[in-house]
Amino acid sequence: MNPRILKALLIKEIKLMKRNPLIPKIIIAMPIMVMLVLPLVANLDVKNVGVTVVDNDHSQLSRRMIADIEASEYLTVSAVAETYDEAIASVERGEADVILTIPPHYSREIVEGNAELDIEANGVNATKGMLGAQYVSQSAMATLSQWRSENGIAVTVPETSVINLYNPTLNFRNYMIPALIVVLLIIICGFLPALNLVSEKESGTIEAMNVTPVSRFAFVLSKLIPFWIVGLIVVTVGMIIGWLVYGLKPAGSLGAIYLVTILFSLTMSGLGVTIANKSATMLQSIFVMFAFIMIFQLMGGLFTPIRSMPEWAQYITYAIPPRYFIEIMRSVYLKGAGIIDLWPQYAAIAAFALLLSLLAAITYNKRT
Amino acid sequence: MSPAIEITGVTKRYGDLTALDNVGFDVAEGEMFGLIGPDGAGKSTLYRILATLTAPDSGTAAVCGLDTVKDYSRLRTMIGYMPERFSLYQDLTVSENLQFFASLFGVSIKENYDIIAPVFAQLERFPDRKAGALSGGMKQKLALSCALIHRPRILLLDEPTTGVDAVSRSEFWDMLSTLREKGITILVSTSYMDEATRCERIALIDKGKILRVNTPEGLVAGLDENLYNASAYRMFELLTRLRQLPEVDDCYTFGATLHVVGRKGFDQVAVCQKLQSEGLEDVRVYPAQGDIEDLFIKLTR
Repeated sequence: MNPRILKALLIKEIKLMKRNPLIPKIIIAMPIMVMLVLPLVANLDVKNVGVTVVDNDHSQLSRRMIADIEASEYLTVSAVAETYDEAIASVERGEADVILTIPPHYSREIVEGNAELDIEANGVNATKGMLGAQYVSQSAMATLSQWRSENGIAVTVPETSVINLYNPTLNFRNYMIPALIVVLLIIICGFLPALNLVSEKESGTIEAMNVTPVSRFAFVLSKLIPFWIVGLIVVTVGMIIGWLVYGLKPAGSLGAIYLVTILFSLTMSGLGVTIANKSATMLQSIFVMFAFIMIFQLMGGLFTPIRSMPEWAQYITYAIPPRYFIEIMRSVYLKGAGIIDLWPQYAAIAAFALLLSLLAAITYNKRT
Repeated sequence: MSPAIEITGVTKRYGDLTALDNVGFDVAEGEMFGLIGPDGAGKSTLYRILATLTAPDSGTAAVCGLDTVKDYSRLRTMIGYMPERFSLYQDLTVSENLQFFASLFGVSIKENYDIIAPVFAQLERFPDRKAGALSGGMKQKLALSCALIHRPRILLLDEPTTGVDAVSRSEFWDMLSTLREKGITILVSTSYMDEATRCERIALIDKGKILRVNTPEGLVAGLDENLYNASAYRMFELLTRLRQLPEVDDCYTFGATLHVVGRKGFDQVAVCQKLQSEGLEDVRVYPAQGDIEDLFIKLTR
């Protein structure tokens, strides 16, 4: 490969990228928009769970239970119903997610030791229903144990205490910010190189290029290298916003983040160029790229933990490059891990980068 | 010395379509050779084979004595190819495009300026204009400059004058003559028959087959016999009447008049009188000079 040719190609690519009316704006504006809005919106914390209480007891204890639920940060009492049917109707109307039924003579039976509460949750939104029911049960238990101790009913309940490592307040944003940087890189470094190459096909400039002595490796490298720079810009903008707006700084080194960024940019742009090589039009390349991006986002462990996937799916995730990028980003950002701690992930992503770049060069045919 | 371009028995198929069917001809060193044929005749496919972009299904093509399939990488520095479609970077300026192609071939614009000078002279005034903002004729000149910058021995021009105005077209052919004088072999294709006479030799191609290869004069020689112009006040009626006459072999519109190919014993005066007596006004029939278009119609009939 001739360095003179590669240099000429790179100068051309960068000039064209700068002069493109859209690309420079996308590279800067998209990370800003995504980082400003999505950490606030894409929040899996369950809040404002509506609880309808069917109070058949009408005792001091039941009123206190309701007041404690109302006071909780996560729960609101949407109604106190007279009958269970009334409560179900409020769930159907979408006003409540959880029904708490306090049976008649509850406060009397609790002293005797065989009272039961009934908690039912709307399972349509599984996460909200499950967590909501759990919150209601915790709140009721808290009220109960307080009431017992006040009334001198001795029960010894072992206290449990949980400390969340690396993200002490279980702040969902801390978990999302590194993941959103990954999403940005998947989209920008995946789509832009594919569109760039297909546009050369559509405008016919690739024909003129193919009759020159430019080798396929030089040509493909000139399509990949600019996206290292783009990737670094995107990650930098993302990290600055994460720090200025959300106060989240990577606990580990920037070098570890930038290294994986370059490797991952190469992986995604290699995939983009490979797809473009096999597509005749922009639409074709967009659709194929989109299919990959869907799988990358849903199976890479961005939003749902890989360990809660079925076993066969967990094996598939080893073939999904963002998986390693996400693991590295979260470990470096939250745990302060370094390149040496994460070497298997770095090795995996480097292998993907090499493989997809080679694939991009092999599938690029100067002759048809 | 071997010919600059040597094509033997080249066949290329795309599925059921035979784009080139046993094509063969030679182009001599330093010659200006025209490839004339309608759209879809297979011209661009032949260019793609010569430019090493695609391989023939059978047959061989050699340029500068090098096989277009086996020696493609060496060939690429020797040929200058200008595809039919404008294929420069529209967002790069005139000088950036030229510099880019010079860098790819490892040459400097300065050392090769003499070769592009006749083409590039008019573009020098606006080196910073983006290629996309140039007029059609100027775009062609820039594309030709970029195809020439590495001093190719063979210039392959695929329909360079399509979509260019008449004045620029004529200018373009003048530039090609200048380049030919500098010793560059030129293979140029066009679907404009009138441009054929600017070439030294031409090949007529239709539906993937070469119909004739000769000098323009050689091709039209003998066409004049029994070829007549005909015109009348009502042209369409004239055309249908003429076609019904037994002494008329063929009749077709040709510019503002009709061209009539007579059989043996065609008498222009008698035909004229006959038509007038049948009620056609202002009938004129007179000998015509045959050109490449007449030949083409004759060969493809």
